[in-house]
Amino acid sequence: MAAARPIATTRSATGIPTGRLAVWWIIASEIVIFGGLLVSYILHRLGHPEWAAFAAHTNTAAGATNTFVLLTSSLTAVLAHKAAEEGNGSKAARFLRFTMLGGATFIIIKSFEWHHEISLGYTITANGFWSFYYTAAGLHALHVIGGVIIMGFVSAAAARNHELQRVELIGLYWHFVDIVWIFLFPLLYIAK
Amino acid sequence: MSEIHHPNYVKVWAILCVLLGISVAGPMFGVEAVTLITAFGVACVKAFLVMKNFMHLNVEKRIAVYMLSTCLVFMFLLFAATAPDVMNHEGWNWHRPMPEIASATPHGGGAHH
Repeated sequence: MAAARPIATTRSATGIPTGRLAVWWIIASEIVIFGGLLVSYILHRLGHPEWAAFAAHTNTAAGATNTFVLLTSSLTAVLAHKAAEEGNGSKAARFLRFTMLGGATFIIIKSFEWHHEISLGYTITANGFWSFYYTAAGLHALHVIGGVIIMGFVSAAAARNHELQRVELIGLYWHFVDIVWIFLFPLLYIAK
Repeated sequence: MSEIHHPNYVKVWAILCVLLGISVAGPMFGVEAVTLITAFGVACVKAFLVMKNFMHLNVEKRIAVYMLSTCLVFMFLLFAATAPDVMNHEGWNWHRPMPEIASATPHGGGAHH
């Protein structure tokens, strides 16, 4: 093994490869961030029954479509991981690009949805409900955008059969983004 | 992990889509309990399916589960420590009047505190 190789890639105290351990740490910390935001929303929603009137204006069809898009992109992400495990970098890159397409579709649908809501006067400063709505969904959307960008780098390397272990790592992050939306969707769109 | 038997990912995805349909259909019954169960119960089931089958958390080393569980506990501690200030309206030496019920208009309708 070359002496220049960093220690982090040659040692592991937990038995998990360091990169994967790092992603689990990121996900664990995001549990507190998103979990804190969502339980705060639940707390305030229970204390403001009048928010039901505002919540009625969220677009359930758009939310459901976005849920389907993210679930499908999670499928392509895990299929990319399977291809990477088999050593097929080009197939893994192809599935990762489909996942990126899912992320982009999610953002486009959300853009149309928010454009419509903002044009009706439902802005982030309108009231407490809409503040939570845009903050929670917006923070999630930022994570989607960040994930798509990183996935671009990982897929570019995977297409050359380089760093295939990173396909699983970005996949784990993407599944976490999907799980956050799995809970956001019923909170903001269903349990009105 | 290549020696581990992989689940049928497409089958899991199909189950997730059916569960999505159930959660969307729940409110159509008009019963609040049904809505809550289909919305959040289905969300928990979907999250479990994604964690088990897509993230392979069931075959991951236990340390990962411990890390995630610890942060989940911390999240609930954060909620428990701050919730009384929001949910209660009076305590020792303080009183917070109930906010006025605002009209359901999109512009500045909610009470701010």
